[in-house]
Amino acid sequence: MAIERQQVEQLAHLARIALDESTLSRTTRSLADVLALIDQLQAVDTTGIEPMAHPLDAVQRLRADIVTEPDQRDVLQAIAPAVQDGLFLVPKVIE
Amino acid sequence: MSWETVIGLEIHVQLATKTKIFSGSSTAFGAEPNTQACAIDLALPGILPVLNAEAVRMALMFGLAIDAEIPKRSVFERKNYFYPDLPKGYQTTQLAEPIVGAGHVDVDLADGSTKRIRIHHAHLEEDAGKSLHEDYAGQSGIDLNRAGTPLIEIVTEPDMRSAEEAVAFAKKLHGIVTTLGICDGEMAQGSMRFDVNISVRKKGAELGTRTETKNLNSFRFMEEAIKLEVERQIDVIEDGGRVIQETRLYNGDTKTARSMRSKEEANDYRYFPCPDLLPVVIEDSYIAELKATLPELPDAKQKRFVVQYGLSAYDASILSADRVMSAYFEEVVTASGDAKLAANWVIGDLSAALNRSSLELGQSPVSSVQLGDMIARIKDGTISGKIAKQVFELMWTEGGTADEIIEKQGLKQVSDSGAIEKIVDDIIAASPQQVENYRGATEDKRPKMLGFFVGQIMKASQGKANPQQVNEILLKKLEG
Amino acid sequence: MHNLTLAQTAQALADKQFSSREVTQHYLDRIARLDKNYNSFITVTADLALAEADAADARRANGKADFLTGVPFAHKDIFCTKGVRTSCGSRMLDNFISPYDATVVEKYRAAGMVMLGKTNMDEFAMGSSNETSFYGPVNNPWDTSCVPGGSSGGSATCVAARLVPGATATDTGGSIRQPAALCGITGLKPTYGRVSRWGMIAFASSLDQAGPMARTAEDVALMLGAMAGFDPKDSTCLDKEVPDYLADLNKDLRGLKIGVPREYFGEGLNEKTAAQVQNALREYEKLGATLVDISLPHSALAVPAYYVIAPAECSANLSRFDGVRYGYRCEKPQDLSDMYCRTRAEGFGEEVKRRILVGAYALSAGFYDAYYRKAQQVRRLIQQDFIDAFKQVDVIMGPTSPSPAFAFGAKGSDPVAMYLEDIYTIATNLAGLPGMSLPCGFVDNKPVGLQIIGNYFDEARMLNVAHRYQQVSDWHMQMPAGVAV
Repeated sequence: MAIERQQVEQLAHLARIALDESTLSRTTRSLADVLALIDQLQAVDTTGIEPMAHPLDAVQRLRADIVTEPDQRDVLQAIAPAVQDGLFLVPKVIE
Repeated sequence: MSWETVIGLEIHVQLATKTKIFSGSSTAFGAEPNTQACAIDLALPGILPVLNAEAVRMALMFGLAIDAEIPKRSVFERKNYFYPDLPKGYQTTQLAEPIVGAGHVDVDLADGSTKRIRIHHAHLEEDAGKSLHEDYAGQSGIDLNRAGTPLIEIVTEPDMRSAEEAVAFAKKLHGIVTTLGICDGEMAQGSMRFDVNISVRKKGAELGTRTETKNLNSFRFMEEAIKLEVERQIDVIEDGGRVIQETRLYNGDTKTARSMRSKEEANDYRYFPCPDLLPVVIEDSYIAELKATLPELPDAKQKRFVVQYGLSAYDASILSADRVMSAYFEEVVTASGDAKLAANWVIGDLSAALNRSSLELGQSPVSSVQLGDMIARIKDGTISGKIAKQVFELMWTEGGTADEIIEKQGLKQVSDSGAIEKIVDDIIAASPQQVENYRGATEDKRPKMLGFFVGQIMKASQGKANPQQVNEILLKKLEG
Repeated sequence: MHNLTLAQTAQALADKQFSSREVTQHYLDRIARLDKNYNSFITVTADLALAEADAADARRANGKADFLTGVPFAHKDIFCTKGVRTSCGSRMLDNFISPYDATVVEKYRAAGMVMLGKTNMDEFAMGSSNETSFYGPVNNPWDTSCVPGGSSGGSATCVAARLVPGATATDTGGSIRQPAALCGITGLKPTYGRVSRWGMIAFASSLDQAGPMARTAEDVALMLGAMAGFDPKDSTCLDKEVPDYLADLNKDLRGLKIGVPREYFGEGLNEKTAAQVQNALREYEKLGATLVDISLPHSALAVPAYYVIAPAECSANLSRFDGVRYGYRCEKPQDLSDMYCRTRAEGFGEEVKRRILVGAYALSAGFYDAYYRKAQQVRRLIQQDFIDAFKQVDVIMGPTSPSPAFAFGAKGSDPVAMYLEDIYTIATNLAGLPGMSLPCGFVDNKPVGLQIIGNYFDEARMLNVAHRYQQVSDWHMQMPAGVAV
């Protein structure tokens, strides 16, 4: 399946990755190569095959509802880019 | 007017677990920012989720309560989008295989009819954190205490036809989840949040384009927002325009709504099964175990109230609507020994007083036992219904038991026939003209004229004379 | 000292031939002197290592030592280590001091092992040459103009260069086995669910698995025993007893049935590599094993299916790197969107970005069924091939990689050429099966790896099979020139 620049821009937007003009062309070309590879899947007849999301044929284990995590804010925020009054700061969020 | 409103709801219900859906952080409300957000909630590199058993149990209890299909297997998926209050960059939720399948809720409407609202499904997911918009030098602050709080999202079919129906359904749902004890029901704290899908159409026509008004957290806002949006849509169409599909925000303070910038592309959430979690498999034996623990639900309670207490269906539906209400009512019945009086007082004076003070029943200054004991005094003739209103008022403002108030204020009903006779004699003696009129009147006019004397006598006794005795003595004196 | 295997080092410590401090200092000196030739470490934790070595010596003095207590090793820089930078080979995490330990890290610490540092790797484990690391490429000790393989190129190299007796690694599509092959050492990727993934930075969650790298199968057995086991913090980690991997190491191989898949010896396999692998198979026949010709008919689809599934999972796994709570944040963001887009554009390298975009594409509306769902169906077909094969044979053998180590930049322009490096290793990740690589010869002075694929949780047998071969061969004991000093 061919991929257009515009599609790559849309993907970059979904993935929140800035792409400048030159990167965009290069990325479009290399994505086309990868898509040619994965397009080989289209030749296989998979009618009636149950998709396999996971190698384990196991079921989810459940955890008891007990508080095990104490307040670690100081430790966890020591590595944060911007913090004030215990909050993580980001450029203004507009709803 | 031939417009019909079509409403479907999506309700986010915070489950009353002690810890988060995938981590051992506390979910207690109101903590200092980010003090209940551990490495998992912050989505540090390398962290992994493990599912909270209690969240599963609570979701299943809801499924059982609405008579839903419970699939053997459910699967968590990742819903991908970027937002600062969503630490992983995806929300772990369910889509193709939710934990609770189709069910239904029956809603009693004010006109006495019952309407069945179909539930499409309910799924488990994690809540996001909060963005605080107070200004931090042009920046926003992110608090992730709420991130990872377990939710069930309940999705209805578009079965409601008015704001009133939607609100009645919402209240019923509130009653169910609080009765089950799976949600604290504290709407002001965001424990239940409603997204309302609204469209209008000419009766019998195809469904119109719908809009979604998000995050309504009170029944009143929900009613206002629906009415406003219905009006807006009808105006748009009648002015020759077209309703566009969009997400809207309602502001309860200004009573206005606005479109959320829909510049944000048609979202492509790229759902896929979460590889960090395995399928949740529910054994039949566990379902049987849970069924045995189901509490009496509002519907069953309502029927019992009608049969056991002889209440009207409507009164019974109000009193059975939620756990706090029904428990309070039944305690009043026990203390008073009179279900009908108990129902009248709870629905009438007590609810009115709560409304006036903007209080929830749980915050009532008059306890169920206080109210029940007071009603017992009405029943045994110690006070009249009229005096009881005074007693209730004092109980509300100053506290104390009914007996203490009656004693202290000297409100005890006078049932001594000698004392009543004396008052009656005094009033008759003081009203010769009225006595003459009465005696000259025909039989059919007399009961009405009696009112004058009763009024005077009650006034003279400061309301304390036993009304039945007053009637008997007065009749004997006037006619005898 | 550095000529001792990990097992021999442990035994020497037990015999008090030297202390943990001495052997630790010896390796730290080697790293300081030699690693400039290889760039196999991102971070060397010398002070911490010496403190751990002293603690290990004290523990031994108190009679509380385990067999591995005091043995030095290195962690791939994908495992979170409390208080130590955990970069995952990325600029995004260049400033990330982990506030917690991975389970594998905790287990090795509990055993009293001594961490010398964190090893270089392809960025977020995405690569087969270690060329995508933010910290620069790693040079193959056998030929420093060649790549060591990837993504665990740093771990493979430091083991091969005798800078550590053993190292941890991870394998999503071949990242333990391929660099082990290219560097002439032994590496094992366990069954999915055998080792906890807690604290191991995720690339593709349904494929990632941690495992050990060392010179011998015996060393690998020791290291695996210390890292495997149930972890309540990982929902995908199985509650299954860990066997004593040393117990059966010497078991006789007579009667062993070895499946040799036709598809692993076809077009694309370097002829000289094939010859070395065939020699090894003949050696197994001498040891009493029987070779069985088998077919894994869907083998050719493994790479395309993998390059849908792994990017899809990674596209979500790497969304958390957004500059909000930790890690890199771009300078002076104009607004929220700008912060996200530039942080991620500047923080991630090209290959990582490519895979994120491929993953987003495979999952996006309208393409999900054609790519993601289809790949998951093909994944089941691939698994079924193995299930059928293991009805006839005990283990499967073939080459680990199609050719020996290649020159830097040789597969630079075409990502697909690089992806085909893992053509023989990827299928086992898709199926969740264990796989290992051990040295089986040389081509042009560069090592060749023999791959052993086992049935689910059959690591003990694989180690036995590898160990017996290493008793009759010495490929694994060869030393690159320039390492002896």
